[in-house]
Amino acid sequence: MKRTMPPTRRHVALALLAATTLAALTACGTSGASSGGAKAASTLGPNEGTVSILAWPGYVEDGSNDPAVDWVTPFENDTGCQVTSKTYGTSDEGFSLMKTGDYDVIAASGDASLRLVAADLVAPVNTDLIPNYAGVYDFLKMQSWNSVNGVSYGVPHGYGANLLMYNTDVVSPAPTSWDVVFDKGSAYKGKITAYDSPIYIADAAMYLMTHQPDLKITNPYALDEQQLAAAVTLLTEQRANIGEYWSDYLKTIQSFESGDTVVGTTWQVIANSLTAGTPTAVTVPSEGVTGWSDTWMIASKAKSPNCAYAWLNYIASPEANAQATEYFGEAPSNQAACEFRSAGSCEAYHAGDADYASKIWYWSTPIAECLDGRTDVKCTDYAAWTTAWQQIKG
Amino acid sequence: MSDTAAPAQQRVPAPRQSLARRGSAFFSAHPRLRLGFLISAPLLWLGIVYVVALAALLVTAFWSVDSFTGEISQTWTFDNIVTVLTGSLYQTVTVRTVGVALLVTVIDVLIALPIAFFMAKVAGSRMQRVLVIAVLMPLWASYLVKAYAWRSVLSQDGILQWLLTPFGGSTPGYGLTATVITLSYLWLPYVILPIYAGLERVPDALLEASGDLGGKTWTTLRLVTLPLIWPAIIAGSIFSFSLSLGDYLTVNIVGGANQMLGNLVYTNVGAANNLPLAAAIALIPIAIIFGYLALVRRTGALDNL
Repeated sequence: MKRTMPPTRRHVALALLAATTLAALTACGTSGASSGGAKAASTLGPNEGTVSILAWPGYVEDGSNDPAVDWVTPFENDTGCQVTSKTYGTSDEGFSLMKTGDYDVIAASGDASLRLVAADLVAPVNTDLIPNYAGVYDFLKMQSWNSVNGVSYGVPHGYGANLLMYNTDVVSPAPTSWDVVFDKGSAYKGKITAYDSPIYIADAAMYLMTHQPDLKITNPYALDEQQLAAAVTLLTEQRANIGEYWSDYLKTIQSFESGDTVVGTTWQVIANSLTAGTPTAVTVPSEGVTGWSDTWMIASKAKSPNCAYAWLNYIASPEANAQATEYFGEAPSNQAACEFRSAGSCEAYHAGDADYASKIWYWSTPIAECLDGRTDVKCTDYAAWTTAWQQIKG
Repeated sequence: MSDTAAPAQQRVPAPRQSLARRGSAFFSAHPRLRLGFLISAPLLWLGIVYVVALAALLVTAFWSVDSFTGEISQTWTFDNIVTVLTGSLYQTVTVRTVGVALLVTVIDVLIALPIAFFMAKVAGSRMQRVLVIAVLMPLWASYLVKAYAWRSVLSQDGILQWLLTPFGGSTPGYGLTATVITLSYLWLPYVILPIYAGLERVPDALLEASGDLGGKTWTTLRLVTLPLIWPAIIAGSIFSFSLSLGDYLTVNIVGGANQMLGNLVYTNVGAANNLPLAAAIALIPIAIIFGYLALVRRTGALDNL
């Protein structure tokens, strides 16, 4: 290995010289994982003056996209921390960007958060230093996707469900089960859509929990080889009926509007974005839904840890949390946030409805150590899911 | 200074021995070094941007990645190459991709031949200029705009459906057919232009001579024109074939649930965070296109690019 690779610094310099993404990416790989497990901060120092944030689109708005949407400027004025932010499109892209070490804070979904912890990219968070943490719904705290071994790795942001959307003109009677996209899918052959990500395997696993109880799936993110194989079989059968997979939410909006897609997975924000008069409706099928609960995390090598803590506290405040989650289209994490959102918007996302929230299987990173607590088998990890997902798409 | 003080002794003042002058005298005496000096900057650029990037790609394919943390481990392994060569997924997708690329190439050549012939041999000089601009025009628009335009054309409530309904037809919808249509549209200018350039170079006298000797239109085209422009056709086909092999956006936009080699590369870099496997997959189109180039090298097509 020594013989084949030049020293990291020279390699990085070479990559910069080459100015190609590819070379740059390989250089990232050489910087190596430093283990050692960063410790949570015990006290806060003075703010550093800048903080760089990596987030989903719509989470960090400073008025540059829309002058009316700005919750970053008040933060900058209050704390003196100038915010630079970058958005990412998929959890996997966010994970790759975090590896560059250029960011102090990331808003990560559950399918990325455990990987970030395992790769030592994020540090434990001392929630005692975040006064607004007290206002966060209890059912979002210390969950499997934002804590490890009882140590918190961040502050919950917003949450939402991957709902079933259908064209009310075509799909009748109104579906109450995911079987319209699985077992009864052939009725809408070529007009079904599904989320284009390995994490969608969990949707199939969740369906199997109800319809094939002998598989004994208790958590759709903890699948052993046999359970994964069953989910893959279901999804491979579904593949024949899929019109297209979506990951770009604008593509699925257009597809539902034009009638090319009549039934499939969706987000509430997509339903909200359809032009008026599109004959569609969303529902929570009887089997339940998968969903996401995002977490604000701090990089283990943050250059501005104090400003990072200041941001975590600010974005969890009722006002900022209300603005950010309403703009994105999801339920807020702060109990008081609904007072600051427009009328009806909290009800639309079932904010604070613990019963509704309990129906959601939040995205979690599948890992070899089964998330459902089984110790007699090894579970399939995210890499296995990724391989399986590519096989399913064929 | 004392030299310049006594100029009378010299008819021509001795040139000052500056570094530049000495350098130029040296290069004047060594033409090969002179050439090397001149092209070193562009060569450096070419070397770093092309060769190093490609080498980095090739090397990455022999590494592996930690599935959970996503760290690349630089131990040499042939696992990725073996996976790509033996995995049924990669074979299926390779066959599909090559099939689409071949179909796109055939369609483009069939459309390009009459258009290029008209441009080169039939149209007047003014018309010729207008046609060249017309062919080039789509290249001035963004690739994405054109692909998304086809997405709306091919949609269930798109213009194609509206046009075909009276005749009992319907849009192919999103899928491989849509991919072939869109790619054929996108690469058509790249096929027309080399064939047009090739036809331009065919002397009219040869066609007339063929006619004088009793050759009918088809005989002339088959025995005189086609052999002469064959390298130009191959040159055009290299464009449509290689561009289709690497494409992933079009199939993403209008391909429905299908994927091509480019998509596998894309998901392995983006979703799977597995750069080594992506690099190994990227070697497939590289190998195919190198094979194709080796095959057509003797036709002289490469001189027509």
